[in-house]
Parts: sequence; C-alpha cells; structure tokens
Amino acid sequence: MSLDLSKSLTPVCRVLAGAGLLFGSAAVMAESAVEPAQRWGVNMTPGVTEISRGIYDLHMLIFWICVVIGILVFGVMFYSMYKFRHSKGAKPATFHENTTVEVIWTVVPALILIGMGIPASSMLMDMYDDAEDAEVSVLITGYQWKWKYEYMDEGVSFFSNMRTSRGEINNIEPKGEHYLLEVDNPLVIPTDTKVRFLITANDVIHAWWVPAFAVKQDAIPGFINTAWTVVEEEGVYRGQCAELCGRDHGFMPIVVNAMEKSEYNSWLGARQAEAAELAQLIKQEKTFDELMDVGKDVYNKQCVVCHGANGEGGVGKAIAGSPVATGPMDQHLSVMVNGVPGTAMQAFGAQLNEIELAAVVTYARNQWGNNMGDSVQPVDVYNFKQAN
Amino acid sequence: MGDHGPAKGLSRWLFTTNHKDIGTLYLWFSFAMFLVGGIFALVIRAELFEPGLQIVQPEFFNQMTTMHGLVMVFGAVMPAFVGLANWLVPMMIGAPDMALPRMNNWSFWILPFAFFMMLSSLFVEGGAPNFGWTFYAPLSTTYAPPSVTFFIFAVHIMGASSIMGSINIIATIMNLRAPGMTYMKMPLFVWTWFITAYLLIAVMPVLAGVVTMMLMDIHFGTSFFSAAGGGDPVLFQHIFWFFGHPEVYIMILPAFGIVSQIIPTFSRKPLFGYDSMVYATASIAFLSFIVWAHHMFTVGMPLAGELFFMWATMLIAVPTGVKVFNWVTTMFRGSISFETPMLFSIAFVILFTIGGFSGLMLAIAPADFQYHDTYFVVAHFHYVLVPGAIFGIMAAVYYWLPKWCGNMYDETLGKTHFWLSFVGLNVTFFPMHFVGLAGMPRRIPDYALQFADFNQIASVGAFLFGASQVFFMFIVIKTIMGGKKATDQVWESAEGLEWTIPSPAPYHTFTTPPEVK
Repeated sequence: MSLDLSKSLTPVCRVLAGAGLLFGSAAVMAESAVEPAQRWGVNMTPGVTEISRGIYDLHMLIFWICVVIGILVFGVMFYSMYKFRHSKGAKPATFHENTTVEVIWTVVPALILIGMGIPASSMLMDMYDDAEDAEVSVLITGYQWKWKYEYMDEGVSFFSNMRTSRGEINNIEPKGEHYLLEVDNPLVIPTDTKVRFLITANDVIHAWWVPAFAVKQDAIPGFINTAWTVVEEEGVYRGQCAELCGRDHGFMPIVVNAMEKSEYNSWLGARQAEAAELAQLIKQEKTFDELMDVGKDVYNKQCVVCHGANGEGGVGKAIAGSPVATGPMDQHLSVMVNGVPGTAMQAFGAQLNEIELAAVVTYARNQWGNNMGDSVQPVDVYNFKQAN
Repeated sequence: MGDHGPAKGLSRWLFTTNHKDIGTLYLWFSFAMFLVGGIFALVIRAELFEPGLQIVQPEFFNQMTTMHGLVMVFGAVMPAFVGLANWLVPMMIGAPDMALPRMNNWSFWILPFAFFMMLSSLFVEGGAPNFGWTFYAPLSTTYAPPSVTFFIFAVHIMGASSIMGSINIIATIMNLRAPGMTYMKMPLFVWTWFITAYLLIAVMPVLAGVVTMMLMDIHFGTSFFSAAGGGDPVLFQHIFWFFGHPEVYIMILPAFGIVSQIIPTFSRKPLFGYDSMVYATASIAFLSFIVWAHHMFTVGMPLAGELFFMWATMLIAVPTGVKVFNWVTTMFRGSISFETPMLFSIAFVILFTIGGFSGLMLAIAPADFQYHDTYFVVAHFHYVLVPGAIFGIMAAVYYWLPKWCGNMYDETLGKTHFWLSFVGLNVTFFPMHFVGLAGMPRRIPDYALQFADFNQIASVGAFLFGASQVFFMFIVIKTIMGGKKATDQVWESAEGLEWTIPSPAPYHTFTTPPEVK
C-alpha cells in the first residue's frame, strides 16, 4: 500500500469544492425534479398482501401503546416540572423508596409486553412458511449491483439493472418520476398466486426488499434464504437493496410487476420464445458492422460507468490502448466472461448473452484508437464459455 | 506528598499517572474525535441535502458513514466515559487515585495511535474502510479496500485500551473504597461504571477475535466467513453482535449513572429507588448478552431463534422502564430548578425514552422485517446515542466542570447551548423516523424523490447541531480560563464525597481516606 497524495486528496478537496456548489445548485434542482407521488410520507404503508397488512396493524398497535405510555410518563414528568418548581418555593419531600410501586412498575410493563408479544409471535409464525406449495418459484441472486431473476423450471432468467441514467444522478438531466426506483427488466409475478422467492447472492450480502409485500430477506453468498408472498392487487411495486453491499448499494432497485395470471402466462411464454430465438441467433454469423453497433449499445449500458465514455478509464482501467483489448482474443474473452478476481471487473459471462459479449469485445478492440481489425462471433463466445 | 504538584510542560501529560490528568486527556481526546466524527456526519448530511450526487461520490460516502460510526463509538463516546470515570470514580469513593496508575497512562496513550492509524487510511490508495461500522463480511474481507488491515490493528489497540481501562476501574472500585463505603452506598455513577467495566472485559476480546478472524481470511487464506471455503458470512454477524449489543449498553449505562447523580441534586430530593436502580442496571447488563440476534432478524434464522431473540429483547424494556419511572418519581414532589446539567438530564430522560419506544418497536420481529436497515433504525439509535450518551456526557461536563477547574460556567451560555443542541438534534433525527417508515434504506448516498423534503430538514438540523458543539467548546474553554469562582459545594443540594473537597480539586485528593458514615 502506498501513500499517493495526489490521488487520495481528491475526495477531500471535492468535499470542500462541492459544499459551495451544493447550495448554489439547490434552486435549479428543485425545479427540474418531477413531483414525486408520495411527498411527506410519514408512515409505513399497509401494502398489498395479507402479511404486509398484518405487519402494518401490528406496527400501529405497538406505536399507539407506546404513545399512551409516553403520555402517562411524560405527563407526570411535565406536571412535576410545572408544579414542583424551586422558583415557586416548592418544598421537597424526602421519600426515596417504596417496594410496592417498584413491584407494580415491574409487573405491569411485563404484562403489557406479553400483550404485545403474543400477536407478534403469531404473526411471525404466519410469515414462517417454507412455501413448498408455491406455484411459482423465483431464484433471486444479488450481484454488485444488480439482481438476477431465474424462474425455476421455466428456462427463463434475466438480469435487472437500474435504468436511471448517470445524467439524472449527476444532476445534468432532470430527474424522472421513479428516480432510482426503475429497472430495465422488472420481475414479473402473477397476482393471487403463492410465489416463493429463493434468495442468494453472488458476491457480498445484499437484501431483497419490497415494502408493499413486507418481504425483506438477506441475500447471502453460499446460502439460500426463502421468502414468499401472495400479491392481491395488480401493479408495479418498487423496493431497494437493504444491506450495504459496496459502492452502488444505493443504485440497485427492485421493481416487481404483478399481473393477472393469464397475462403472466403470456409474458412467460414470450420470454421463453425469446430464449429459444436467442439460442438460434447465436448460431448465425454477424457482420463486423452489426457487432460494432450492438457492441456500442452494450458498452454504454454495462461498461461506461467504470471505463468512461471514451474508454479512458475511471474506476476501471482504460480500454483505449489497454493490453487486454489489444492483446490475444482468448485473454480478452476470459476477462469479459470470468472477470478479474479481486478487482471491480465482474464476470459478465452470465450477465450478457453470447451476441452481446461478442459485440462488446469486438467494439472494444476497434474503438478509441484500438485498431485490431478483428472480431469474434457469438458462436465462438459460446464455444469459449463451454471450454472455460 | 500533599504538596507534590504536576510536572512542568509536555512531560506532565506524557508521563502522568494522575487520574485527574488522565481524565482530562481522555475528555479532550474524545472531544476532538467528536468534532472529527461530526465533520464526517456533516459530509453525509450535505450530500443528502437533496437527491442526486452533488459533493461526494458513493465510494467516499461509504467511507464517511463507516468512519463516522467508528469514530463516534470508539473515539468520542467510549473515551469520554473513561475520562469521566478517571476524574470521578476516585473522588466519589474517596480514593487517592486509580488502583493501577501506570497502566492508566498506557491505556490512554495508545488511543491516539489507534485513531491516527485508522484516520490515516482516508489518505491511502483505495481509501478508508467503506463497509459500515458493522463491517459485515465478506464486504469487509474479500471485497474490502487494503486499508482494512489498518482498521483491524486500530480496533485491536482500541480494544486493548478499553480492557486496560476497565480492569483499572474494577480494581479501583473493589479495592480503594473509603472505609464505610459499602457497595450499596456507592454513588450510582460508580455502580453503572462498575457494571459497564465488566461488560467491556467480556466483549472486547470477542471483537478482537472477530477482527482477527477477518485478518486471517484476508491475509492467511482461512475461510471463516467465506462460504466458498466452507465458512459462513452469518457467523461474522453472530460474533460481531455478541460484542455489538453489549457495546451499545456500554455506551449508555454510564450515562444512566450520570443522570442518576444530577436529577436528585436539582430536584433537591434523594434518588428514588437506589436499590432497584442498581438491580435494573445489572439486569440490563445480563440481558444484553442474550439479545444479539435481534440485529439479524432478516438473515434467515429459524423461527425458534426469532421468537427467542424477540422475547428476550422485549424483556429489556422492563428494567429500562424501572429506571425511567425511578427518575420521574425522583422529580415528583421535589423542588426542581433548571440549571444546564438538569436540562440535559431531563432531555435525556424524555428523548432516551422515545428511543426506547422505537427500540421496542424494532424488537417486534415481524415488524422489524419492514424496519430493518431503514432510516427508522438510524433514527432509533441516534435517539438513544445522542440525547442518551452524548447528552449524558454534556450534562456531566456542566455538572462537574466547576469542581474540576474551580470556575462556574456561564449559565446563560450553557442554556443557550442546551436549547440549540436540543432543537438541532430533534430537527435532525425526528424526520428520519418518517423517511425510514416510508421506505428509505440506510447507508445510501442518493435517494428517491419522495424522501427529499425530510432529508433536507434533517440536513439543516445537523448543521445547527454541529455548530452548537463548537459553541460548547467555546463555553468550556471560557470557563477554564476564568469566571465566577465555584464554591466547594458547587450545587446547593449535591451529595457525595467529590463535593467535600475544594474547588478546583487539588492535584491529589483523599491521600487520607475519608470516613463514610
């Protein structure tokens, strides 16, 4: 580990420089923002499942019990502060112990707690259910910093990335209504159907949370947690990763689209057809220009955050002139498919399909002064993945 | 011996074995850390002033949340309590000094090195620790920046310092009480610290163990917390919270002791239920060892585990309630005046109780599935730590400062500081309950638009609170420099041995033990 002042001082300086910028830009920001649906929200919402309503009722019950206790305790306190003021010549009493009241204020709170604990325990038992009778099972895998949804036994799986643009986050573009809470591919589930979630993670611990379902479960690498839900209303439900998982923890939202069972089935059918079509497409040869076009899209979606708009690097290394992008093809494919352990470079083998991988590799080898002139076909990527 | 004064110059502070000097060192160190941790908090609040990334990037934001937590817990609150114990325990039990004065010097002087090591990691390549003050593996092991090793060694040093400090306090209390000072005659501050010291000795080695396991995983190829090698990331959380839950009581029990000294003084009436206060403190300490997994309700524990930890956690409300009722009853039919220490103590009781209520809500396991890792949790623990631990420490400083330096602080300035802090903290932390319940996760550098209004309010409150602590520093320095001379008694109805010695307290006190009736 070396002490590199020029690099390390930057964040500190940025804080100082940014402090002024912050207050100057506040007015502009407020105007550009779309009016969010639920401003000044102060409470949990009852949600759209039996469990979430049960939890909401329990939450309100405990809350009101606390309010009543608070009024009593603080009432006595404020009364004492008003009535027994030294400045009004109050003469202090001398009592300082009474076993009876000590027993009373030990036993009565204990009874109140039992009154709270019983409904809470029964609620918990309702929530704990391995949901083996679920009609739909989805394997949810947390990645830094996206979710993967895999419909068990249906042959459908996809990644779900945040769709909010860097421009919105960096205050260059106006923020949309669902700022930070929108994804490219939402999870789709049927309503009035028991859905089981099998939750795990690929790297660090994440937590999958949709407040409207009252489902929050840690996604732990190497272990599978179970949760379940029965959603009663159609709609789009939004949540976020709830466990600190590194740099972009705040940028891995969850969107669930709950639709009627028939709609869900046709959606699932369409996704299955797409998957079959992709299997065919992989076998087709692509022209250099086609690969470059697709590669540009993939790059701008997946790579640009770390590697920069012009391949100049940032969190990730520069691609322009990089030894990987101008080196042997197999090595380049290996970096893309398997990632580089111990660095921020992830394994994209499971996240991108063969066409996308072929395209983005071709693109990186022939952009920003990289002039390899070669390309790789989807079927080569397929073969590489099989071999490695 | 009686006229033996302090050495001159810097060596006084470097080589001192005097409990008052060491108490002073601890208190100033902790105040410096309080300001550093406060600056980190203000970076966080400035970034969260509005949606979007304005000031810092997410990597640096995560370093700020991590360092804020670590510095406040280990650098500000804990050393402040040790400083108060150093100053007060010998004076309260009629002892001439701490039982192990050389170790006392050592336990303080390793602390600045620990924090230098930890804070210097802000300037190394890869940045400071960025995995939260709870440093969950594998984010803090496989995926951690290189500075995690510095952090581990810093934690080891802090742990050693805490353990030495605790041994010293226990040895002092057990061996150096004045004749006639039986255990059940000890002031409550001494009692709460006595129990806290046992908690520290019990759990700091556990913390040392868990960071050592991390060190092994990172550098020596073990897999304690890596599922790929047969380990378990959840094991980390169990060990961490076995330390972590008693730790939160370590940060509040001495404050319980402080307000139990102050409220009777300004109510002009003896503390109600002394015995039950002692038993309640001991019960809380015991329960703190069997509730740790309530921090982990969403990790996928079996139902039986959830039920056990929920019920055990709810049980803590009983002894805590007893304490609150005793304080309120002490005030009832007293003769109350509202000097600054009393204002801080009253705010302590009210706001800590509010933090207790949200704690009770969090204990309800099914509801915790919604609260967990949201700003509701952030609101909860700041309500117990800021008006709890921090207000307790400030109340203590105002209450005993005239005894320490011989001058009275300016009551108007003190009250102004109180009201600014009181307003600032509530404006900062109360809206966090709302955004948390409305669904805002904690530890995020940017948030959805519906959380914007309350976040803006919280940020304004944070800057007010921060500024009023600079004002606090001004008040303290002004008091030390001069002002109205304090009497030996200082407060008309204060009781205890520390009020029988002159103000300012001579360098050596109770060289002949007092007789306690």
